[in-house]
Amino acid sequence: MILALLLSPLIVAALVFVLPWPRLRRAMLPLSASIHFLLTLSCHLRSPAAALQGMLALDELGLLFLSTTSTIYLIVSVYTVGFLAREPAGKRRDALSRGVFSNAPETIFIACLSLFLSAMTLVTVSQNFGILWVGIESTTLATAPLIYFHRHNRSLEATWKYLLICSVGIAIALLGTLFLSVAGQLSAHPELGMDLSALLSAAQSMDSAWLRGAFLLMLVGYGTKMGLAPVHSWLPDAHSEAPSAVSALLSGALLNCAFLGILRMQQVLEAAGMGSFGRELLLVFGLLSMLFGALFLIGQSDFKRLLAYSSVEHMGILAVGVGVGDAGVSGALFHMVVHSLAKSLLFLVAGNTLAAYGTRALAEVRGVFAHRPGTGALWLVGLFAIVGSPPFGPFISELVVLRAALSSGQWLVAILFLGALSLAFIGMSGAVLRMVQGSGPAPRLTTPEPWSSLAPPMLLAGLVLLLGVWLPAPLTTLLHDAARALGGGAF
Amino acid sequence: MQALALVHLAVALLAAPLLLSVINKTKAFFGGRQGPPWLQPYRELTKLLHKGVARSRSTSWVFVAGPIVSVAATALALCLVPLGVVPALVAFPGDFVLLAYLLGLARFFTVSAALDTGSAFEGMGASREVQLSALAEPGLLLAFVVLAVATQALSLTGLFARLGTDGGPALVLVFVALLVIFLSENSRIPVDDPNTHLELTMIHEVMILDHSGPDLALIHYAAALKMWLLGTLLIGVPLSPWVSDGFASLLLGVLAMFALAVLVGVIESSTARLRLTRLPQWLLAAFVLTAVALFVVMG
Amino acid sequence: MWTEFALMLLVLANLRLLGGSRLLACISTAAFQGVVLGLLPLTVASWPLDPRIVLLSLLSLLIKGWGLPVLLRKALRETSVNREIQPIVSLNLSLLFGLAVLALSGWLGSRLPLPTSASALGAPVAFFTLFTGLFLVVARRQALTQVLGYLVLENGIFLFGVLFAHSTPWIVEVGVLLDLLVGVFVMGITLFHINRAFDAIDSDRLAQLHDLAVQRPSPTEPTE
Repeated sequence: MILALLLSPLIVAALVFVLPWPRLRRAMLPLSASIHFLLTLSCHLRSPAAALQGMLALDELGLLFLSTTSTIYLIVSVYTVGFLAREPAGKRRDALSRGVFSNAPETIFIACLSLFLSAMTLVTVSQNFGILWVGIESTTLATAPLIYFHRHNRSLEATWKYLLICSVGIAIALLGTLFLSVAGQLSAHPELGMDLSALLSAAQSMDSAWLRGAFLLMLVGYGTKMGLAPVHSWLPDAHSEAPSAVSALLSGALLNCAFLGILRMQQVLEAAGMGSFGRELLLVFGLLSMLFGALFLIGQSDFKRLLAYSSVEHMGILAVGVGVGDAGVSGALFHMVVHSLAKSLLFLVAGNTLAAYGTRALAEVRGVFAHRPGTGALWLVGLFAIVGSPPFGPFISELVVLRAALSSGQWLVAILFLGALSLAFIGMSGAVLRMVQGSGPAPRLTTPEPWSSLAPPMLLAGLVLLLGVWLPAPLTTLLHDAARALGGGAF
Repeated sequence: MQALALVHLAVALLAAPLLLSVINKTKAFFGGRQGPPWLQPYRELTKLLHKGVARSRSTSWVFVAGPIVSVAATALALCLVPLGVVPALVAFPGDFVLLAYLLGLARFFTVSAALDTGSAFEGMGASREVQLSALAEPGLLLAFVVLAVATQALSLTGLFARLGTDGGPALVLVFVALLVIFLSENSRIPVDDPNTHLELTMIHEVMILDHSGPDLALIHYAAALKMWLLGTLLIGVPLSPWVSDGFASLLLGVLAMFALAVLVGVIESSTARLRLTRLPQWLLAAFVLTAVALFVVMG
Repeated sequence: MWTEFALMLLVLANLRLLGGSRLLACISTAAFQGVVLGLLPLTVASWPLDPRIVLLSLLSLLIKGWGLPVLLRKALRETSVNREIQPIVSLNLSLLFGLAVLALSGWLGSRLPLPTSASALGAPVAFFTLFTGLFLVVARRQALTQVLGYLVLENGIFLFGVLFAHSTPWIVEVGVLLDLLVGVFVMGITLFHINRAFDAIDSDRLAQLHDLAVQRPSPTEPTE
């Protein structure tokens, strides 16, 4: 089962190079995504057998991340089909720099998307720190060509920064992984290996200095990939220059995978009885990211960068949630789910706006609601969801984190948390509301909004709303089980 | 053993100028020439000693003292260096610091004498000499420190006597670094060209332009002694771990000294002078090598 | 003894990378470092050699000592605009920095409790290589040098792994090596594109994207 999950996207990636018809090639995307989604669903019903001598297996935490990834990927893949069909072929003029550029070959784009899915699946199912690292590094390599889909100078720069910064970051995480291995060798069972279960059982007797070093390096390394401040500098560039569908996947799925890497290490720390060390660091990095992201939201001039900085802020919320501990952990995990939905929704809508107006400048987009009612309405829904207003999912998750901070007496954390959230609220809502409301110049694209660009974000909006008003019992159980693995509690 | 030390000193004082003729013969061989006779350096020294002295009226006692102090200091320093396991005439803990200071004293007076003439060219040479030696000296001292750490001895004699083969990789580095320092301190290619007569590129030669007669002879002799002195330090590194007998060490050491002169000749025939601006990097490399050796020895 | 010798060569290679002024020479030095690293597992392992270790050693020799340098040389050939290193921090200063970091690594390595008695120099050299790589990424202007720095950084981590992390499964080590190869390969491809787009592999030109300067949009054509 696990191998099927891993291999199905790979088969699609190979098929794309063989299939001669573009429409069929594009159709492979939602097809493989559906297969992946169905396989993931079946994992919920019956937990799959471990593979590769136990190095690959699905626990609750992995299943939660896998399900989120698979859902987002399925919805975005439908959007991508429409996006690719609307992309003009051949050379055209770049709207910002006036240079001429063309797109990367579609086959490469589709193949890399599939590889990306496979790599993310590997991250979620890995039960071995080495495999985990290989998975996360593979996501970097698979996404670099995706960011460079529109082959102009700016996307090239973004790709370069992304590749270099993330590769260096992940190399540091590899050093952390090796530190963990040394800590294992210094424990009571020197022939421990790198499997999570073995490490968890022997964590008590490990050398604490090496464990601390391992956590710190992994936090910095995977944190670079996750977009935690102050090592987030690749994130706004890559998110703003990539095609919007790719940005949606980056924010909605890739950042989570890096977060999972940190969580796995936190699991080991908890088992070693050093959980508070990890939590404190997560709190510091999380609050820093929240404040940093929120500050850059204010006065932002580009709506895709706006969303990117909002991602930095929300990754901060995830880290703070785990750092607060207890119910905050399950709150953070829930926030991971709803943030993925809401942020993907926003990036897809941003893609629609960019297609209609041909600019990313906030100042030049006015009156979206009047001209493009579908896109405008979705902007509003996305805005309310992401700033955490009821009745959307993020409201609940942020509330849970806040309550956990208050009930454990972490007043300073709660105050900073609230402060950053209100800053983000001001920044986001000011920018988006100005864009949506009022009247402005008509967009250059006057054709009616196509179904394929509205339905996927609508579905995402529906999901994020649904999770705000009704939590299905299986999801609650899954969240609580996953949080328990991290030493947290139910909400 | 003390007798051997005396023999070494005598050999050094007598045979030092011969190193120059070995170098010149090697260069002549590579240039397809016959080269000057073997005893040419001695003949030149004799010739200069028989000449009168011409000193500028603007010079002071410093100009007179320069050659004498430099020859005296170098000869004194020669008493401090062992050749392989042949001990030095005088040995005490920390004597390598005195060695460095004696060399420094000799240099100080050579440089001061050059400045004393008031000539622009000689001032330029003096400034270059000081700059280069300032870069070479840390490397030399650090090389001694490496050897001291490796052998746990504090006098040059003890240091070379206890040098074992287990130092391995670090000793290779020290040897290379000392070779670089040897070439630089003796004003050989690729740092300085003793044959050049273009003032703009000269370092050592330009400092002694105004010296004549016995003064010049003393300077030439001091330079030869300095080459012998630094040479013993250099060849001691590969020599002492392998040869533990005093007499064999003396014999092999003297032979190795002339082999070193051949090596210098080969280097001078096959490489070009470095650009002046590259020289600091070249000497920095020597320093870096000794630093790495120290790292290896301490690790 | 052989391990010590190999470690010393690695240190010298690092210093050469810090002080070297020609790109081609730097690439060769990195290749040399790769070869030494590939041979290192053989010096550490006990006889008779485990065939896995030999295979891993061969694989890393092939990738680090041959594959990646060939790739980088090709990148340099096709982008032969400037073959001199363009340092942000001057070369002599870089060298001195290297010495300082060497001392720091020695201190750091001597303080860590290590599981094996492989070599007291192992950890310091690994850290030094790592810091050299990071320094090259930060303190050199060309994109190619940054790739080189990344490679050296990885070498440092690899060294640490070879000496101290014996519990990594075989498949993971191969995965790590292959990932590195693909990583530098992707970077190489990106370099070609950068060269075509900017006529120079100078990462200073890659500085259009930032927050404050608003890119002037034109109202005529869409990008998406």
